[in-house]
Amino acid sequence: MAGETRSVKVKIDNVRMVFNTRKGEMVALNGADLDIRENEFVTVVGPSGCGKSTLLNIIAGLLKPTSGEVLVNGETVEGVGRERGVVFQQYALFPWLTVKKNVCFALEMRGIKGAEAEEQAMKYLQMVDLEKFADHYPKELSGGMKQRVAIARAYAAEPEILLMDEPFGALDAQTRAQLQTDLLNTWEKKQKTCFFITHDVEEAIILGQRCVIMSARPGRIKKIVDIDIPYPRTQETRMSPRFNELKNIIWGEVYKEYLEVRK
Amino acid sequence: MNKKSGSLAERIPSKVWLLISLLVALIVWTILSVMPLTARSFPNVIVTIQQIGVMFGRGVLLTDIASSLISVIAGYVLGFVIALPVAILMAWYVPVRNILRPWIMFIRNIPPLAYVPLIVLSAGVGRRPQIITITIATFLIMCITIYQGVMNIDDTLIRAARVLGAKDKDIFIRVIAPASLPFIMTAVRLGASTALTTLIAAESTGANAGLGMRIRTLNSNFDTDPMLLYIILIGILGLIVEKLIDFAERKLTGWQEKREA
Repeated sequence: MAGETRSVKVKIDNVRMVFNTRKGEMVALNGADLDIRENEFVTVVGPSGCGKSTLLNIIAGLLKPTSGEVLVNGETVEGVGRERGVVFQQYALFPWLTVKKNVCFALEMRGIKGAEAEEQAMKYLQMVDLEKFADHYPKELSGGMKQRVAIARAYAAEPEILLMDEPFGALDAQTRAQLQTDLLNTWEKKQKTCFFITHDVEEAIILGQRCVIMSARPGRIKKIVDIDIPYPRTQETRMSPRFNELKNIIWGEVYKEYLEVRK
Repeated sequence: MNKKSGSLAERIPSKVWLLISLLVALIVWTILSVMPLTARSFPNVIVTIQQIGVMFGRGVLLTDIASSLISVIAGYVLGFVIALPVAILMAWYVPVRNILRPWIMFIRNIPPLAYVPLIVLSAGVGRRPQIITITIATFLIMCITIYQGVMNIDDTLIRAARVLGAKDKDIFIRVIAPASLPFIMTAVRLGASTALTTLIAAESTGANAGLGMRIRTLNSNFDTDPMLLYIILIGILGLIVEKLIDFAERKLTGWQEKREA
């Protein structure tokens, strides 16, 4: 892939994360190393408790690693930064703001105010096909619509890197397939570096250029699989022989980890 | 929901149900006023309504209502004004929380009537101890309610704001404040009901007017007829306050996920 010519956007360098719990020390991540290239779409799979969310929070700057560091554009991450946007599984929309005002929040944090913000917010809502729901409150939307608003809001911050923590995990299969297609379309139009966590192997293949498989207890990066299926990918891609081949490879690795965790 | 849609009970509009409920209450009231066992406590409807004129004629009805309202409103507003910042400080700073919380929980369970004499000893008689009693009682319930609310604010919302570039000030004004509003409204509701239920205790401090004080005086004079009227008046007052809060809540926190009313 042409990926090799692109510069490294995010460098995860020997990141170790230890939590102090009542039962003593818990090693969540034990020396994770990964280079994510500019505009690359990386997906991460692994059993629950493998530290994938911890790794995302460290990249986001919401958690400080015990040792090691994360570099973004060659600079050490010291906290949150607007060049890194996050989409959470629980949507995290502000329930007291309308859909449009939720998107405006992101714009206002960039210093865009008033009518200008409202106008731009509508553009981001058009991107996720929700301009008709601009004046609705989050409680009036379905789960899939809420997550589309959350994606629009994340895009409105104009981050260079989009960190997504199982964003479609709580949605039904049809909605999830639709949002995957939408996300791919958006990503192909507006290139961004994506770091996408999922527990769904098929989702990891349909979206990503590379799939990172993590092992549990302590969390480590076990294997990285290149997803050599050309874009644009659609739901039909799931029928292709290469898709199934990759699915077997990745699923086999992940399943071994599930068994490992259950011991 | 109820068993069957389209049943007779569901086709009756709620206004009519209210009327039926009122009618049932009047029948029960009349029965109570006739039965020898309870007749002394319950003068009949007509006698009770006549007491409005009687008490008005004695020149006390309006002063009693006004006096109670002043104490309740002053104590309640003061209680809220103190409770809000204290609750936020408790949620914010661990030392404040660890020192104050056990004592708020401790005093909260003591009926105000028990500590009213202590207040009178220091604050004297009259308006002041009434307001202090209601302030203490409403402060305790509102402080603990707001504190628990602020503690339970969804952390994901704060993280979401932070990754969008919000600074501490933005997070406080634009996330924590609106996210706390539903809990503040719950506190306002509980505080209002506490203010009214504390009224009798507050007015046992040697007040010279007031709904609670009058009930005690009428009682000691065996003047039972107007007593029931006054008891009902306190109930009506509570109902009005509740409706006002309902209205405010709909205006302020209508964005909340629906909970069954």
